Amino acid sequence: MADQKRRDFLGMVFGGFAAAGGVAALYAMKRTWDPLPSVMAAGFTTVDLSPMKPGEFRTVTWRGKPIFILKKDSTQLKKCNDADVKVGEGDYLVRIGLCTHLGCIPAWEADKQVFKCACHGGEFDACGTNTFGPPPRPLDIPPFKIEGTKLVLGEEGPEYKKLVGKA
Amino acid sequence: MAHFEKANSVYEWLDQRLAVTKLTKVLMTEYWIPKNINFLWAMGVVLMTMFTILLISGIFLLMYYKPDTKLAFDSVNYTIMQEVWFGWLWRHMHGVAASVVFLVIYIHMFTGIYYGSYKKGREMIWISGMLLFVTFSAEAFSGYMLPWGQMSYWAAQVITNLFGGIPFIGDELVIWIRGNFYVADATLTRFFMLHVLLLPLVIMGIIGLHFYSLRIPHVNNQEGEEIDFDAEAEKYKAGRKAESKVIPFWPVFLSKDLFVLGVFMVFYFYLVFYHYNFAMDPINFDPANPMKTPPHIYPEWYFLWSYEVLRGFFFDVGPLSAMDIGLIAFGIANVIFFLMPWLDRSPVVAPAHKRGAFKIWFWILVVDMIVLTIWGKLPPTGANAWIGFFASITFLTLLLVALPLITKKEAQRAGGAA
Ligand code: FES
Repeated sequence: MADQKRRDFLGMVFGGFAAAGGVAALYAMKRTWDPLPSVMAAGFTTVDLSPMKPGEFRTVTWRGKPIFILKKDSTQLKKCNDADVKVGEGDYLVRIGLCTHLGCIPAWEADKQVFKCACHGGEFDACGTNTFGPPPRPLDIPPFKIEGTKLVLGEEGPEYKKLVGKA
Repeated sequence: MAHFEKANSVYEWLDQRLAVTKLTKVLMTEYWIPKNINFLWAMGVVLMTMFTILLISGIFLLMYYKPDTKLAFDSVNYTIMQEVWFGWLWRHMHGVAASVVFLVIYIHMFTGIYYGSYKKGREMIWISGMLLFVTFSAEAFSGYMLPWGQMSYWAAQVITNLFGGIPFIGDELVIWIRGNFYVADATLTRFFMLHVLLLPLVIMGIIGLHFYSLRIPHVNNQEGEEIDFDAEAEKYKAGRKAESKVIPFWPVFLSKDLFVLGVFMVFYFYLVFYHYNFAMDPINFDPANPMKTPPHIYPEWYFLWSYEVLRGFFFDVGPLSAMDIGLIAFGIANVIFFLMPWLDRSPVVAPAHKRGAFKIWFWILVVDMIVLTIWGKLPPTGANAWIGFFASITFLTLLLVALPLITKKEAQRAGGAA
């Protein structure tokens, strides 16, 4: 009887150690698949917006993703007050240029003033809102901070927080 | 330790140590196969051969391939294709085999469905087979990425993005799987590992399980007849071969398999030498460019049907967005065949042409999957979107609703007749 208890105890101790070791190993495996520190650190991009002309559209790269920047002009392109970013005097649409459906890059069609995603026919307007097709939500807003006329992508500034309703 | 005599030949020496005679009996000469099966049952051997070809050609490709986003494209399209002697041969054999292996898998699967080979007693054969299908899919997808062309890149982008649809952890999970904020070098190297090591190991393990799972219930036959394998084997061994319903796997059965295999290999090498292009998407001969999406992306032909189910739902229903419905439907499409043994409520094991409504169901399913496959490749606009939608609905209805109903009725009739 005493012997049996001792065996059970040893079994439980062994099982406990094995379980702890297993959890530790799983954690190590998970961390191995995490993005490397260098990848995490390279996550900032600064763009000077002052040279942009009204109506101009451009794409910059941030964390390997295309970022759409569209400078509004008062006549042609409607301003979207709750969706635009104000930098100095200018009014800009700043979005991650990946279709919210399956991640294709939509094209800016200046004459029609829409972002058209060729993959499954999704469309977004100049406010970044999904207006047609399978995309489930507007184009995503990248985290940004404003420094003078510069846009710093990768950091959550107060303007960003206001825009996404976090502040 | 057992007692060992002096051996008179190498064979005897091995037999004493490894029981070679007994082993060949169990695996070959006394592994009993029903006589009453047709050429469709040879698909297992065809698959085994295709897998072997993939493994061997893969080993040769591996010697020159470079898993690095800067080098991968050229290592395949220049080094292997232009410089390495017969590099083109290994690549085309590998690419074509990866494609036709799915053709054979689908034939194998639908043979199983047609003859009811997933039913009572044979569930494990079916499940291990479906597991093989899923791991083969992962293997094919991870391999498709490696040449790092435009289609590789955007296929990886879209497929990894699908995980973003999982509630709460989706976005984080996508970054974790990719090892970067976008599909990048870390993504390529880990998929490389999966493709050349982990998944092949898993596949080999499941192939072992799949073969083993046949041993107890034995292989089904054309009539779905229940055979007393022990009694029939006795007859065969006693020399009453004509009367016995079974034959040994080796050499009798395999001779027929080898004939089918021979015909298939003619077809396969015809493709390798004259039509390898069908397995090589032209867009994949542009190097990957994360800043430019090809205007129309689609997977290889063997994934088109489930891809079409994914995008078949293009409008929101109440609180569910079109995309979520698509994702859910896609999830169902990928696991639903696992449940065949339970969705089919009838105990009748018989070929579909003897099962009335089931026969109609079977052929509608086949046609529907062909429709899904064709429309999966077309741009999803206008009427195409609607055809895709109806075909997707039909697919789900056939498996989730029609199959249980039809087979339940059949079970009642069978019960009433008995
Ligand atoms: S990825 Fe843009 S519509 Fe599907």
